[in-house]
Amino acid sequence: MEWLIEFPAMDRDSLTAFKKAIDFAFRDFTRAYGDAFETALLPVKWFMFWMEDLLTESPWPLVLLGIAFIAWLASRSLKITLGVIITLLLIGYFDMWEDTMKTIAMTVVATLLAIIVGIPIGIVMARSNKVQTMINPVLDVMQTMPSFVYLIPVVMLLGIGRVPGLIAVMVYAIPPIIRLTNLGIRLVDKDVLEAADAFGSSSWQRLKNVQMPLALPTIMAGVNQTIMMALAMVVVASMIGVPGLGLPVLKAISNQYFTLGVLNGLAIVGIAIIFDRASQAYGKRLQKHLEVVHG
Amino acid sequence: MADPAPEIGISIRNLYKIFGPNPEAYIDAVRQGMSKTELNDQHNHVLGLKDINIDMPRGAIQVVMGLSGSGKSTLIRHINRLIDPTVGEVIVGDQDVVKMSETELREFRRHQTAMVFQKFALLPHRTVLDNVVYGLEIQGIPRKKQEEEARRWITRVGLEGFEESYPNQLSGGMQQRVGLARALTNDAPILLMDEAFSALDPLIRMDMQSVLLDLQKEIRKTIVFITHDLDEALRLGDRIAILRDGEVIQQSTAQEIVLRPSDEYISSFVREVNRGRVISVDMVMTPLSEAEPGAMTVRSGSVLENAAKKMTEKSANHAIVIDKAGKPIGALDIQDVISAMVTPVDHTMVEDEEDAA
Ligand SMILES: Nc1ncnc2c1ncn2[C@@H]1O[C@H](COP(=O)(O)OP(=O)(O)O)[C@@H](O)[C@H]1O
Ligand SMILES: [Mg+2]
Repeated sequence: MEWLIEFPAMDRDSLTAFKKAIDFAFRDFTRAYGDAFETALLPVKWFMFWMEDLLTESPWPLVLLGIAFIAWLASRSLKITLGVIITLLLIGYFDMWEDTMKTIAMTVVATLLAIIVGIPIGIVMARSNKVQTMINPVLDVMQTMPSFVYLIPVVMLLGIGRVPGLIAVMVYAIPPIIRLTNLGIRLVDKDVLEAADAFGSSSWQRLKNVQMPLALPTIMAGVNQTIMMALAMVVVASMIGVPGLGLPVLKAISNQYFTLGVLNGLAIVGIAIIFDRASQAYGKRLQKHLEVVHG
Repeated sequence: MADPAPEIGISIRNLYKIFGPNPEAYIDAVRQGMSKTELNDQHNHVLGLKDINIDMPRGAIQVVMGLSGSGKSTLIRHINRLIDPTVGEVIVGDQDVVKMSETELREFRRHQTAMVFQKFALLPHRTVLDNVVYGLEIQGIPRKKQEEEARRWITRVGLEGFEESYPNQLSGGMQQRVGLARALTNDAPILLMDEAFSALDPLIRMDMQSVLLDLQKEIRKTIVFITHDLDEALRLGDRIAILRDGEVIQQSTAQEIVLRPSDEYISSFVREVNRGRVISVDMVMTPLSEAEPGAMTVRSGSVLENAAKKMTEKSANHAIVIDKAGKPIGALDIQDVISAMVTPVDHTMVEDEEDAA
């Protein structure tokens, strides 16, 4: 009766052999291509460092005003802009300015990367049902996989540091932007598309003039979700040497520094709210012309 | 009235459209007379259009009329090939639209046709001006020229001052004026209008019909106008084709459709029509017997209602019909005028008359 209580698993030796085979294969792969990846990612690395320097080395009042100004441009809301300024002042006052700037830099760069890579994938998906049925299950797996697991192959491939962290964050945060680009394009009004065709639009013209602009509010909802996921992952990625607000949290956990953990946690909440409100307000503004003004 | 043979603008030849995964397989069966219901019940394919042959006159308004689901939208979309036919030809000039390559088709759509849609289909994120330039913009015309043309047509359709508004800030009637201006700015010889006024309130619809008729005097385009409304068809159509279940069941002038409906289906439509406003005196006048000096005159082409009004005002029982040059061409009796206005002719009566003749 033992086989009913204990699950008849693969025997220990075969299982070890199985795991080893895959790990060795991946290790060979990383030995062969790790350097190539690193070289290919150089521009990303430079951009990452440039962004981090910009935020941490510039005089803090300038940075603060700059961020407030961007929030204003996006939201056109005095309330949101004021909220941004107060949040940043508090963060600075509690001596978390530098870590916060590093986290913001990482989140911004990862989000930009996710947009650059994700939107074209979403477009291709919207054009072909075949591609959609192929990519959708991959996205499902990506969205349910625990975030820590993403760190393992990246560390094997690229080691520890900002760039592997950035890649892990980008990969983790990319599904919403892909999904919502695809959805947004598929939901574009068929009548308007037909009109664009009737006037002789090329397929690039219909993408540029009709599909992307009409899908934009949906895509913005995807960007918003991607930002939130990137921010959450930046904190987790501190485990592989990504600087920022995640590091003090890790330290707080291992040393039981309660206040340090809470303060840094609150700083993360603060910038999450900033990103969320500003990007949502921007998305809303994009839809303004869709409001029916005529009675 | 009776032009010898008007030049043909668009010629549709033996056109069939079957919707479904494998339309070619059933084309022979349909040619041999399989009906729409049979095709649908037995093979799960929809017969959209069956053996359509229409010569649409150049520079005139061809109306295609039919009830909802009769295949009107399908037919008009074959002219700029938004829908590919199963078999058949669509000849414009010396080209068969059906045989065009992708690039040829795009050029054809850009330069030869423009379209107005039932649900307007404007770009919601663009202002009126930016909507109206669309056709020229994708042709790569310089922006200054685009705007010049667009502003001219915006003014012409009565939307001056609304250039910077967004479509959703405008009423339905105004939105369709934008649709019309967008099509006209393209300056293509063919204008396709799929139930362009059907979504509008009756008064605004009448208004837009007048705008179109007025414009047409000046632009003289080959207009294909789809409608399900007989009054609209009779008002606009130089020629009318009537569609039922994907087949053309009558094509002729408005007058002929009212006077000689070809079957029970059409006469049931025509019965409701205000005949006095459609039938012209030419259709009821009798040959001139002797000249009646001093009799009142009515112009050839006037509708019965106007003639009757004039005659009763002057308490005249007789009148002479004169042509444009003022030459008498027929005699009119008030009895005939009134009886033609009130008698609903149906196709059986037409046959009786023909038998008697
Ligand atoms: N893509 C399609 N697939 C299947 N059936 C279609 C399709 N488009 C139109 N039909 C059918 O063809 C017929 C004619 O449709 P349509 O041309 O839209 O009619 P109308 O414009 O006169 O209302 C209808 O029976 C409709 O259901
Ligand atoms: Mg229709």
